[in-house]
This record gives sequence, structure tokens and C-alpha cells, in this order.
Amino acid sequence: MTDILIGAGTLAGIALVFGLLLMLVNKVFHVPTDPKRDAVREVLPGANCGACGFAGCDALADAIAAGTASIDACPVGGSDLAKAIAEIVGAESPDAQKKRVATVICQGTLDRCKEKFPYVGIQDCVAATVVNDGNKSCKYACLGLGTCVAACKFDAITIDPHDKIAKVDPDKCTGCEACIKVCPKNVLVMQPVDLPVRVLCRAAEEGVLVSDNCKIGCIGCELCHDNCKFDAITMKDHLPQFDYDKCVGCMMCAEVCPTAAIWGDFDHRKIAKIDPNECIGCTICKKTCQFEAISGERKSIHKILEACTGCGQCVAKCPKKCITLTVREHVRDANAKVGTSETVAAIPKADTKEE
Amino acid sequence: MTSLILIIISGVLVNNLVMSQFLGICPFLGISKKTETAFGMGMAVTFVMVLASVITYLIRAYLLLPFNLEYMQTIAFILVIAVLVQTVEIVLKKVSRSLYQALGVYLPLITTNCAVLGVAISNTTAVEGGYNLIQSAVNGLAGALGFTLALVAFAAIREKLAMNDLPKWMDGFPGALIAAGLMAVAFQGFAGLI
Repeated sequence: MTDILIGAGTLAGIALVFGLLLMLVNKVFHVPTDPKRDAVREVLPGANCGACGFAGCDALADAIAAGTASIDACPVGGSDLAKAIAEIVGAESPDAQKKRVATVICQGTLDRCKEKFPYVGIQDCVAATVVNDGNKSCKYACLGLGTCVAACKFDAITIDPHDKIAKVDPDKCTGCEACIKVCPKNVLVMQPVDLPVRVLCRAAEEGVLVSDNCKIGCIGCELCHDNCKFDAITMKDHLPQFDYDKCVGCMMCAEVCPTAAIWGDFDHRKIAKIDPNECIGCTICKKTCQFEAISGERKSIHKILEACTGCGQCVAKCPKKCITLTVREHVRDANAKVGTSETVAAIPKADTKEE
Repeated sequence: MTSLILIIISGVLVNNLVMSQFLGICPFLGISKKTETAFGMGMAVTFVMVLASVITYLIRAYLLLPFNLEYMQTIAFILVIAVLVQTVEIVLKKVSRSLYQALGVYLPLITTNCAVLGVAISNTTAVEGGYNLIQSAVNGLAGALGFTLALVAFAAIREKLAMNDLPKWMDGFPGALIAAGLMAVAFQGFAGLI
């Protein structure tokens, strides 16, 4: 019995002495650290996975506190973490740090963009490109042979064998750009995940050539350019170029596009709403509206018509701040403008044209 | 003096920790992709191993042996090594920031490195009654240098391997493990040197 007690006692004594020693050493050699850095380290996942490119969470916390790494550098934490870090660091609002994902700039599925010849070689886009620029009739088209799928480590790209078009799952995409590097056709580009409109065609040739090859290609008709009220579109190489700083997300370009080469996020299209209790009938919003979508006489409560595109220009101009933007429940009715009958029934969303 | 030289040759070549005692295999495979980091790890291990050899000798000679507690030696040694590594880390962080960053994540890894414990225990069993203080320190140094030698040489081999076009089933760890086996065979050639 005493043997056990002596053994346990000695070991406990050693442990106690070591513990005190360690405490003492920690006190004496304490290195004051940046409280900001410690707070950042606190919110980081702490898995030390190294996916950010730094040697663990401690190193990343150092870099973020020093300002050499961006607040969304941790791919594991995602946007929630970026927000939390932004609060600590007091950096730019997380809105400026929108998630960017790879986007396929082609809609040329097999029923829209025919095959030039049946390709039976190696099932790889790079190999197929060597053979007469690939087997799709449009030389800019996504070949859909899966070089990007093989390059994606996050299982974010799928290819439907009937469509032969790569499809990126924006939730799974981490923005590592591995697919962009391997794509021989350059149909993958990095874009913010929440763009209202996108040009999903990169056929930089004349309209006749494009329309021969593909039913959904951009024919360079410039209708989008002409209909953009905000000067956000310029034409280059027979393709529209978007200036997303100017784009307000009215989606008129996608609406007027005759070939649906411009994709619009119609599911999230907005509509303005006037609070009738606050509106004083000043007509400022009516004058601001570029789409003739606000009706109402001076001194009477104004009304938003179904022609509203959700561009949000009136929201900023309203002196009473009584206009808000909400997601539309119905598809925009371009005919419901000021002066037309206001009883035009809104078309339910499900009956819309597909593209 | 001759005994010290013999201890060094034994530790570095003949009874190499990794190659003939198969201790410390984890960092041997884990941190052998680049010669630079392998060398950094080797130096960190050297530092800790010499200190651990000295302190475990003191603990054994002045605490465990007088109380007949030799059977507690493993637990006591683990305690010593863990505390030692922690202390070294804290002190380094304050005294030499650059060295702390150079060693980086390897320092805490040594806490669980069985080679350190292996040397501490072999200090007590190598000869009848164990090495004395100087011999223990030299044995720790020799063991660590042997570990560094194996680690750096293996890292160099793996760097060359990575350049080569290996068949897919050999690429990465399979090829590295075969190379490690061949290295161990080569080290067997030192057997009988002393």
C-alpha cells in the first residue's frame, strides 16, 4: 500500500512542480498579442486544414489581423465566417466580399447546338479540341466531355450526357479555379454568385454564323444594349459586355434578348412597393421611373404597376423613403404601363416562357 | 572518451532510430516531402532530445531510483517530454520569434514523437545500470542526429521520386514506403560496425 502511495505521490509531486513551472514560464515569457488577432483566431474553425494556403488557423489569423489576407480567406467558414471576421477587423462590409463561383458561359446543349461529327476519341475536352476545334458546331461551345469534372475536387460540376454541357453547383463550388485552368474552350469564368443577369454565350462572331450553329447563341443584335437604360452594356466582338457597377438588375436585357443568350435571375426579380400610409403624392418617383411603371396624380397616392422592373431607382429618390423592393410574385407584364388599363391581370409565374 | 565516440556511431548509423529501431516513423513519413522542412524538424528533435535525455536522467537518478519507482519510468518520462516541449515553445516564442516560426508546427508534434521517449528509455537500458549523465546527453544527441540524417536523406529521395513518372499505384506513399524499406536494408549494412 505504501509503495503505491509513494509512487502516486512522487508522480503527483513531479506533475505539480512541472505544472507550476509551466505556469511560471508562461507568465514570465508571455508575449502580448494583438487582441484583434486573438478574436479572429477565436472565430476561425480551428481545424488547421490548411485550405486557405496558410500553415493552419493561427497563421491565417496572423495574416488577417495584419491585413495581408482577405477576410473571406477561409474557404471552410464561408460567408458567415467572413461576416464575423469583418465585424472584428472592422473592414469593408461583407457585401463587398461576395462569393465568386465558376460559371459556364455556354447554353449550347445538344438539342440547341448540334454536333459537327460524332466524336469517338478520348473522352476529354482537350483531346477533342485538337480534332477540328471539337465536335460541337459552334467552336466556342462547351464540349461537355468532363475535363472540368475531373479537375473539380469538390464534386461541384456535373454533365448531363444528353445535354453535353457542364453545370456548376454554386453551393459546392469553392472558387478554386481548377476547372478554369483546364478548360480548353474557356467557357468557365469566375463570376459573383448573385449576378442578376449574365451573358451565357461567348461566340465572338457575326450573328448569321452564330444562328447557323446554335439556337441560343448571342447573335449580336444589340437589343440589350439599346434597351439598357443605365448604360451598363457595351458591345464588343458581337457580344454584350456588362458593367456590373452600373447594372441595377432590372433584367430588361434578359427580357428583350431574342435568343435568350442573356440569362436573367427572374426568380428573384424585384418589384417596388409604395407604403400608402406614407406616400404624399409628390410624383418624384413617377418622374424617376424609366419604365413608366408608376401611376398616380399629384397629391394622390401613387401606385406601382406590373411593368415595374425592380431597378430600384425610385427607392433612392423617394423623399419619404416609403418605397421598398420585394421579390415579385408574378412575372413582369411589359404592357401594364401608365395609360394602359390597370385591370390587366397579372400572369402567374408558372405560365412563363421557359427561357 | 572512446565510449562516447562509440555511442555516437551507434546512435547515428548502427542503431539508427528510424532505420533499425523503427521509432519516430510518423514524422519520418509525415515531414519528409521537402529537405528544408525535414532539416527543420531534425533540428527541433535534436534540441528536444538532448534536453530530454539530460532531464530524464536527473529524474531517474534522483527521484525514481531512490524511491524504487523504476516501473513508473514511462509515465514520468512522457510527462517530462510534454512539459519540456511546451516550455521550449513558450520560451522560443518570446526569445526568438524567427526560430519559433521556422520550427512552426513541428515543435508541438515532437511531444508525441516516440523516438524521444525511445531514446530516454534506451538511456536506461543500453548498458547495465544505464548511461551516466554525459553519456545520456551524447546518446540523445547521436540519436537525434541519426533521426535527422534518415529524415533528410529520405526527403531527398522523395523529392527525386516526385519528379519521376511512377505508375499510378506506386505514386506517393507506396513508392515512398518501398524507398524507406530499401533505405532500412542499406542501413543494415552498418550492423557489426561496433
